[in-house]
Amino acid sequence: MKTVSSLLDAEWYERYKKISRLNIRSSIYDVTDRCNLRCKGCFFFSSGEHERASEEKDVDKWHSFVEKEMDRGVNLAILIGGEPTLCMDRIEAFYKRLPTFCATNGLIKVPRDRFPDMMVGLSLWGDSQDEITLRGQDTFKITSANYEGDPHAYYLYTITPKQLGKTEKIIQKIKNIGLKVHMQLLSNDEDVNGFSWKAEELIAIRAEMDAMLDAYPGTVVSSKYYHEVITTGKMLDRTFGWSECPSVTILRDNRDPQPKRLTNFIRYASDLKTVHRCCTSETRDCSTCKDGAAHMSWIMVNKRAHIKTTKDLQNWIEVYEMFAKLYQFIPW
Amino acid sequence: MTTDTTQTIARIAEIIINELKLEDVTPTTFDADLDLVDEVGIDSMDLATIALVLRDEYGIRIDEDDYPKLTTVRIIAEYISTKLAEKE
Repeated sequence: MKTVSSLLDAEWYERYKKISRLNIRSSIYDVTDRCNLRCKGCFFFSSGEHERASEEKDVDKWHSFVEKEMDRGVNLAILIGGEPTLCMDRIEAFYKRLPTFCATNGLIKVPRDRFPDMMVGLSLWGDSQDEITLRGQDTFKITSANYEGDPHAYYLYTITPKQLGKTEKIIQKIKNIGLKVHMQLLSNDEDVNGFSWKAEELIAIRAEMDAMLDAYPGTVVSSKYYHEVITTGKMLDRTFGWSECPSVTILRDNRDPQPKRLTNFIRYASDLKTVHRCCTSETRDCSTCKDGAAHMSWIMVNKRAHIKTTKDLQNWIEVYEMFAKLYQFIPW
Repeated sequence: MTTDTTQTIARIAEIIINELKLEDVTPTTFDADLDLVDEVGIDSMDLATIALVLRDEYGIRIDEDDYPKLTTVRIIAEYISTKLAEKE
């Protein structure tokens, strides 16, 4: 039988042991149905999720809801939206009790006297031109001013096909303000012309992401295996899709056979009752989904499938470490 | 070690091998003291699966809060013995 220590040297084995018992149990929460941007390609609005439920406005109910989520075993709250920072009291209901991550467009600064160490992920969709095309404004000017040098913030850089050959300029801009960056790929949910990935573009962007990781290891939080999986949709000999996705809400998961999945994962709408199918849009074709967190989780929940060769297991460790860093379970 | 304990260890090892589809190991060659997380690489979902089979086999409930303690086949066998003794 292949054991972990038989595949790893002492250094890698220590890295493995630092993450092997973390037992991260995340769920995702829509904090509000509103946003101060309307980005083309934002699945929340394009798939009508903002109309699925009427948001709960009583903050006391948010506090009691979070207590119940903790009883359910959740130990990482991932807050998305709409734009969560429109509702700081609701964010606080999570932050006071749980490790909390807040995905935001960064236009409203999270007050650090109230949320001193909450990890903030700042969405960024490319250079000025792409940002204006897709989001209506160049958010980087504002977000960089709001978060320069913040040790608990990083950019979630959604790369589009238009960014081929341009990623280094973005990475340098982020490095210059002392932040880190995690890269993911646009799933073009609204079919914006020219923003859907072609096979040759995915090959090229994988090489470019690898080059950025090599050139800026102190800024880019990523792994080459993650780049491989997210650009090819393949992990080991398997293909990503509905039958494999780990980030399906447990209450709506009637798949048979059950794949390896996130334990008790639920994505709640902001009425605190309605649940969404998965971590992203219900209308998205799973076979073309490029969701970064879903692909990361896909790798993470399939640990034993990677206990085959030294390289496979090292790949798994690097992806798990990346996730654990992005959500503050281990330091940068 | 009693015969009962030896049999329990072998049966737990068999369950783990079958449920996790482990290769190149048998119930008799499975090291009862091998750390299931650090060496075999099982996770909480694997443990939940194994716990369900053990529940049906031995008629005991394994609390989820106890999962982190169940680090080896021998420890699981001792846990089951304790639970069974409590039932009597």
